[in-house]
Amino acid sequence: MKTYLPPKFIVDRNPSRCIQCQVCVNQCSFDVHYYDADDDEVRSHEENCVGCHRCVIFCPTQALTIERNPLDYRENYNWRPEIIEDILRQAETGGVIITGMGDDKRQRIYWDHLVLNASQVTNPSIDPLREPMELRTYLGSKPERVEIEPDSLELKTYLAPQVELDVPVMFAAMSYGAVSLNVHESLARAATESGTLWNTGEGGLHPKLYKYGHNTIVQVASGRFGVHPQYLDVARVIEIKIGQGAKPGIGGHLPGEKVSAEVSLTRMIPQGTDALSPAPHHDIYSIEDLAQLIYALKEATNYQKPVAVKIAAVHNSAAIASGMVRAGADIIVLDGLRGSTGAAPKIIRDNVGIPIELALASVDERLRQEGIRNRASLIVSGGIRNSGDVVKAIALGADAIYIATAALIALGCTVCQQCHTGKCAWGICTQDPKLAKRVNPDIGSRRLTNLLRGWSLEIKDMLGGMGINALESLRGNRLHLRGVGLTDTELEILGVKMAGS
Amino acid sequence: MRGIIHLNNPYGDDKAIESCSIFGMMDTTGRRFGGRDVIRAIANMHDRSNGLGGGFAVYGIYPQYASYYAFHLMYLTVEARWDVEEYLKQNFNLIWAEEVPTQKTSGIVDPPLVWRYFLEVGNLRSEGQSEDDYVANRVMEIDTKLEGAFVFSSGKDMGVFKGVGYPEDIAHFFCLDSYEGYLWTAHGRFPTNTPGWWGGAHPFNILDWTVIHNGEISSYGINRRYLEQFGYQCTFETDSEVVAYAVDLLMRRHELPIEIVARIMAPPFWDQIERMSRAEQDLCRTLRQVYGSLLLNGPFTVIIAHQGEMIGLTDRIRLRPLTVGVKNSMLYLSSEESSIRLVCPDLDKAWIPMGGEPIVGRLKISEECPGVVMPQEVEVS
Repeated sequence: MKTYLPPKFIVDRNPSRCIQCQVCVNQCSFDVHYYDADDDEVRSHEENCVGCHRCVIFCPTQALTIERNPLDYRENYNWRPEIIEDILRQAETGGVIITGMGDDKRQRIYWDHLVLNASQVTNPSIDPLREPMELRTYLGSKPERVEIEPDSLELKTYLAPQVELDVPVMFAAMSYGAVSLNVHESLARAATESGTLWNTGEGGLHPKLYKYGHNTIVQVASGRFGVHPQYLDVARVIEIKIGQGAKPGIGGHLPGEKVSAEVSLTRMIPQGTDALSPAPHHDIYSIEDLAQLIYALKEATNYQKPVAVKIAAVHNSAAIASGMVRAGADIIVLDGLRGSTGAAPKIIRDNVGIPIELALASVDERLRQEGIRNRASLIVSGGIRNSGDVVKAIALGADAIYIATAALIALGCTVCQQCHTGKCAWGICTQDPKLAKRVNPDIGSRRLTNLLRGWSLEIKDMLGGMGINALESLRGNRLHLRGVGLTDTELEILGVKMAGS
Repeated sequence: MRGIIHLNNPYGDDKAIESCSIFGMMDTTGRRFGGRDVIRAIANMHDRSNGLGGGFAVYGIYPQYASYYAFHLMYLTVEARWDVEEYLKQNFNLIWAEEVPTQKTSGIVDPPLVWRYFLEVGNLRSEGQSEDDYVANRVMEIDTKLEGAFVFSSGKDMGVFKGVGYPEDIAHFFCLDSYEGYLWTAHGRFPTNTPGWWGGAHPFNILDWTVIHNGEISSYGINRRYLEQFGYQCTFETDSEVVAYAVDLLMRRHELPIEIVARIMAPPFWDQIERMSRAEQDLCRTLRQVYGSLLLNGPFTVIIAHQGEMIGLTDRIRLRPLTVGVKNSMLYLSSEESSIRLVCPDLDKAWIPMGGEPIVGRLKISEECPGVVMPQEVEVS
């Protein structure tokens, strides 16, 4: 069938610069560039271009420019080009449109409508270059009070397991299978070096990475891939994945082509078979079932590891989170509307779930109203872009933040949304050994460590400006936030005042 | 009390920002003395306040009524007094009531009616409830439900006197040189955004706890949200109020000693904690993990007092001043050393404590319980 889909991009090759070296031909995993030996000329199949810029960056003579194909349809706000092209795609395939990365639509990004405070006159700002500035964070359940032996001042209260973070930014779940082993290794090493945690995702942990267990969160998801006693034992934290911001309410699907020998070993499934994660956990149909799984995992690990429960941010998050805390979760993870994915139905990614800022504000507030906020730590994820977003999330009430897309961008990702194809030209979201070796864990871990270092320096600057020298004094401190361009209802849900008031 | 909030914080700001002078003086033998020196000392720091609030707390002031709760009330109207007295009669055994003696003072404009009551709880509280909890609840009830009245002192054998004016004028207005106590604290206020309100002056009081405070707390937002979980309603929206409630929660309800409370409100840094002994590390880490939301961040100095104890504390990087002086059994705490020297030129010792280090004065009960708890390097004379 002749496709009616036009090319998205135009590949502009400057003939006076191109030396026919064919680097672009070798780098492109989407078969855009090809060499015509008869004419001694490199040419393009533009219809294949996804705009990932791999060729642009590696072209030694800077001969390449990738432009968006202007392709002016008659202006129509309802029938936008993307909508027309999605219909064409489905008319040609009869299937569900699958895509990668997070929601790219125009729902309000609340971070951009929140601004931070700074000290002037009545309160000195603190210079982090000259004064201590503390970002240390402990994740885990805390009691309501501490009891002390009155005479000896000895501690009578012992805490549930706590996990220390030097920087309140962790790497979110990305499974081995979705991303390559080199990406896992880069994340694991960067987390270890930076004093934070990374998350295996639901595809198990390759034995090669067990040595990073002290900085590893292992995930137990509905497919139970790769879950065995040693997997739980090496981990620092166990995370039960109920849902994901990119695809609330549905399961996961790793196509058999990506299940290589190594992936099959780690996931504990036959090579080449599809790895299907069911939509629900089939042993969790209600909150009391969740409590059973939480305590089964705690029993299995002798109550030495915090158990986190991750849900997608949805309408009733506040009530659900309250139930999760009461069911014994030590950490609550909320993944928002913009949460990313290796593959999800586009219609679900872009239409299901709520923005993380609103979910975070309402969950934190509800747990406080019920007097149980201390019983669980609160982690948020889904579209966190920079240290400003991190600081705002902490001021709204988060204990720590997960990043995934930002971490992949640090490794080279340009958010071209082709994760589901397995053809990632940057070697991130692929199992093709030729592509996967493009991520070098030595360099990858350094890039990630640099990113976290840069963010933590910026966070310290912002804290100092607010006259705060410990992160716990910002956590939930919404008075340091103001809203710009928000309605009264939005401000009320965020628990934030309008700028100027 | 509706209206009070508006009077105190007319612009609805998050918190009333203020800067201040503070002074405290305690005879650790329990000997009672008059207010003359305290008034001179706080007046010496006149320029640190701006005439929009001054106040005093005196302990050991009512020995003849020492076993009764002494309520000091401000009334905006005579009707308010009738309502409150009716309420007090219903909820307490009223032992004695009188108008607090005052005198005309040029700097004091438009003062409220001020009365005091000596009250006994008797059998009126419900089973299992402590007398203190019963009284604290009644105070909150009068403040929030009865219009035009405000309880500004509610402890036993102690009293708070405060209002709008320079502290020395407030002292004159309340005839404070005629009272005697073994522990005095004094406060001069410099609010930056409020015209001043009598109840908003320091000391803040609940039961026999008083707090005077100089500072702006940048962690106010979370301190307040944390305290709300324990039923405290921060209606006055001043920084000092959260200090008072934090002290009440930690010392009275969670029964933690001041040494521990200091490590919650002004904790050591993590790298200091890492250099401690194992047991101390566990203690300090646990406190920060559990009570991190009560860390008071930003500049502050507080003097906290209750029966038999006076405590001075600054924030952990000491962004507001505190000087300590000792002369025989007398402990002085002050924003400025000059004020201590004014009333006691020949101190045995004067020093500036480290940020976050509590200075605790206690009544001497025996040799084993020294009056002034000093930092380890300093010998107790």
